Amino acid sequence: MKAALALLRRDIALAFREGGAIGVALGFYLVVVAIAPFGLGPDMNLLARVAPGLLWIALLLAALLSADRIFHNDYEDGSLDVLAMGPLPLAAVAASKSLAHWVTTCVPLALLAPVLGLLLNFPIDAIPILVLAMLVGTPAVSFIAGIGASLTLGLRRSGLLLALLVLPLYVPVLIFGVSTISAAVTGPGSPWPPFLMLCAISLASMVLAPLAAAAALRNSFR
Amino acid sequence: MTFSLTNLANPSRFLTFAGAVIPWLAALTVILLGIGLYQAFFVAPTDYQQGETVRIMYIHVPAAWVGMGCYAVIAIAALGTLIWRHPLADVAAKAAAPIGATFTFVILVTGSLWGKPMWGTYWVWDARLTSLLVLFLLYLGLIALWQSIEDPGRAGRAAAILALVGAVNLPIIKFSVDWWNTLHQPASVFRAGGPTIDPALLTPLFVMGGAFLALFVLLHLIAMRAEILRRRVRVLQQTQVAQAALS
Repeated sequence: MKAALALLRRDIALAFREGGAIGVALGFYLVVVAIAPFGLGPDMNLLARVAPGLLWIALLLAALLSADRIFHNDYEDGSLDVLAMGPLPLAAVAASKSLAHWVTTCVPLALLAPVLGLLLNFPIDAIPILVLAMLVGTPAVSFIAGIGASLTLGLRRSGLLLALLVLPLYVPVLIFGVSTISAAVTGPGSPWPPFLMLCAISLASMVLAPLAAAAALRNSFR
Repeated sequence: MTFSLTNLANPSRFLTFAGAVIPWLAALTVILLGIGLYQAFFVAPTDYQQGETVRIMYIHVPAAWVGMGCYAVIAIAALGTLIWRHPLADVAAKAAAPIGATFTFVILVTGSLWGKPMWGTYWVWDARLTSLLVLFLLYLGLIALWQSIEDPGRAGRAAAILALVGAVNLPIIKFSVDWWNTLHQPASVFRAGGPTIDPALLTPLFVMGGAFLALFVLLHLIAMRAEILRRRVRVLQQTQVAQAALS
């Protein structure tokens, strides 16, 4: 536990001091949302209606952008081999690295979402539930990305392959994430049932995904 | 020689077995397809509501059984790869993926052709349709993963992990029509309380189901044989290169 926390702290510190990746993900999020009105037309009512889905899709794409870096740097410089031989179970290594991705990428993206929501005429009183749904749903995003990143470790064009492998698995997160926000904005019904489903998806992937990622990592060492 | 999975683990023995079975299976497939298609197009009555278009069902529904069953085959083979290290499990999974993708594509195409006259649209974002589209994307992802890792052993294990992760989609497809009340009709053949389809329509459907199953097994055996031979060629080439480098 202590070792996993130390690893988590190290990865977060590295990501923040390096800086680049977080900035690129945030910039990408801004650009995708900013070009959407050029494609859809500047009708504010239409934008308000598509805002929940658009914000979620742009968030998934932006989170994917940095996903192949979850294990890549440590794989390149050999520290992943050291971690694999160390006392910490490989599943715990995978979990800690996915969690670091969540803290350094998904949390900033979720916190940027209200600003982008204003651009899309998203109702201000629904912003707390927008951020809450994104904070609760994105652990699933990071942990599933961890599976994809470990499967494509060391491959050429791994980023493209990662998107093809991982995006279909994001469909449940997208469905329940968007329906939570839509229910809060327009109804009908309460936003809490889809919100609880979102929690369940996140919790399940936090438990199961590190096992799959660890198996994939072990495979890439052989 | 008794028939068992352990016995077939030897690729050479599997090749002999496949060589012996394939002609018989091909004959069975042709006969079943002949009977099934004849019954489906000439014998089965037209539906009182849907008219002639109901005959699309005889391609669409068996393809759906096989397209989803094929993913189950891949998932079971993935267990075989990861747990029992069965040497042929990986070959079976790899050979099944393109076949499954094709059948899933057939489901999507025939479904949308059926949807136009019945629902007035080629495509809706209905739960059953959407989850099948996700299944198709999963097949594509699996094929892409196999293509991009060169070492067959590593590719097989990576794909097996992905296949097991993607298997959560299968129950979602099966029960999507029961959980969400959408455009696609609820289960009408395999449901508690028996089928709701008239026997005159149902018998040809089961014959076509058998025909598609035989077709799948036939294609799968041929593809597995091709994959084993491809791996042998690869090993031969590698030894050749190694010998050339030594001399």
